[in-house]
Amino acid sequence: MKPMARGRVGTGTPATRVLGVVTLAAIAVLGLFALVLSPADELQGDSVRLLYVHVPAASLAYLSFAMSAMASALYLWPRTRRPGWDRLAGVTAEIGVLFTGIVLITGMLWGKVSWGAYWTWDARLTSTALLFVLYVGYLAVRRMPAAVDVRAKRSAVVGLVAIIDVPIVHWAVDWWQGQHPQSTILHLHPKISGLMAFSLFLGFVAGLLSFAWLLMHRYRLAVMEDALEAQWLDLAIEDRQREGTVPAAGAAAR
Amino acid sequence: MFRDAALIAGKDLRIEFRSRVTVNQVVPFALVVLVLFAFALDPDRGTLRVATPGLFWIAVLFTAVLAVQRSFNIEVADAGRDGLRLSGLDPAGIFLGKAGALALQLLALEATLGVGVAILYGTASDPKAETAGVFAVSALLVSTALLATIGLAATGALYGALAAGLRVRDTLLPLLFLPTVSPVMIGATRAFESALRSGPGNQLHEGWPWVGLLAGFAGLYVALGLLAFGALLEEA
Repeated sequence: MKPMARGRVGTGTPATRVLGVVTLAAIAVLGLFALVLSPADELQGDSVRLLYVHVPAASLAYLSFAMSAMASALYLWPRTRRPGWDRLAGVTAEIGVLFTGIVLITGMLWGKVSWGAYWTWDARLTSTALLFVLYVGYLAVRRMPAAVDVRAKRSAVVGLVAIIDVPIVHWAVDWWQGQHPQSTILHLHPKISGLMAFSLFLGFVAGLLSFAWLLMHRYRLAVMEDALEAQWLDLAIEDRQREGTVPAAGAAAR
Repeated sequence: MFRDAALIAGKDLRIEFRSRVTVNQVVPFALVVLVLFAFALDPDRGTLRVATPGLFWIAVLFTAVLAVQRSFNIEVADAGRDGLRLSGLDPAGIFLGKAGALALQLLALEATLGVGVAILYGTASDPKAETAGVFAVSALLVSTALLATIGLAATGALYGALAAGLRVRDTLLPLLFLPTVSPVMIGATRAFESALRSGPGNQLHEGWPWVGLLAGFAGLYVALGLLAFGALLEEA
């Protein structure tokens, strides 16, 4: 669709461009440290390198979902109801799903190497998978065909239902399957070498930077989407008029 | 609020009593599911009996989706949703009424499914009453079913209202509803396993903590429904 080209093109500003470059640099440095400079683990071997992405991604997924839930609550509360909260809720949920996907993929690869199977019905895996599905459902609600404020309100309710479900799911699954062996892995290694700790730290830095970059761009895109949704018909009519196939504004109003 | 709830629940149950959609379509569907499970799992090797609690609750979840859809389709037809808003009833009351009517229908469904499971899978013939009293077993079964049903009905009423009137409602509802109620599925299945001793080494008292989980789930979602239902209804 062309009409938006009339306003600002793209979602970048000088600040986000700098942020983008810094993010890319951070990812490159993380790659260097995680894949080359840091040593392989005594027990896990090279598979430990997956954790430099896996652990930060998991934290960022939780951060995104927490932000999404807060924004949903602020939207539902009549005094703080602003379209911005609705957008933020949707945008952070999307990013959260992305990071959860990364967590699941890196986790499955790690599991294949360490446990010999991509999937086990372990508590942490199961609850993460459910978390993923819950928020895929939330994103489906956000894409439903309805008026903007109807969709916003319904999405906010789903956002709250989902976040309330997360601890219950976690508790139920944990109880069902017993404790997750993986959660203690870093504690089992008090002598995690300085380089490994630093690589993990870099993972968090690169993750946070990517999170901020994605958030800003996706949020601006959401603003543009909303604007387009509000005026696409006007813009389309304008386009047709420019083509000269439709009579001028006054006549078109008939 | 409770008067409004009784009005709405009475209306829904009256519609069901006259149209008999749940009795004539949803219950037979549930029984079909039970038979399909028997086809999937070799019925001669006792697999069915061991898996009964899980199969029972899966069947309940699937039929609950249908019941929720039915419950809110009757509001969509003839602009019943606008009627609800015009009626001036308390949204919290409407939520309680819808959830209550749903819960009663689900309980009836569960009773039917329970009989079906007992007959088709031979679950009731387990030597369960030897060490634990019949009373203790039925107390666990009944409280599990009751609390699980309240949780399912509350979640269902919330999501049903949310998906109602959308073109995508039939596909959206299961996607939202089933993952959300997965704790109910886990909790109710484990509690039933304890009660029926179908799992290895299951003791009766191990079921009660799961009942606590179900109670927590039910309480949370009833509370959320009371608070959030207004926001779902006040829009067109």
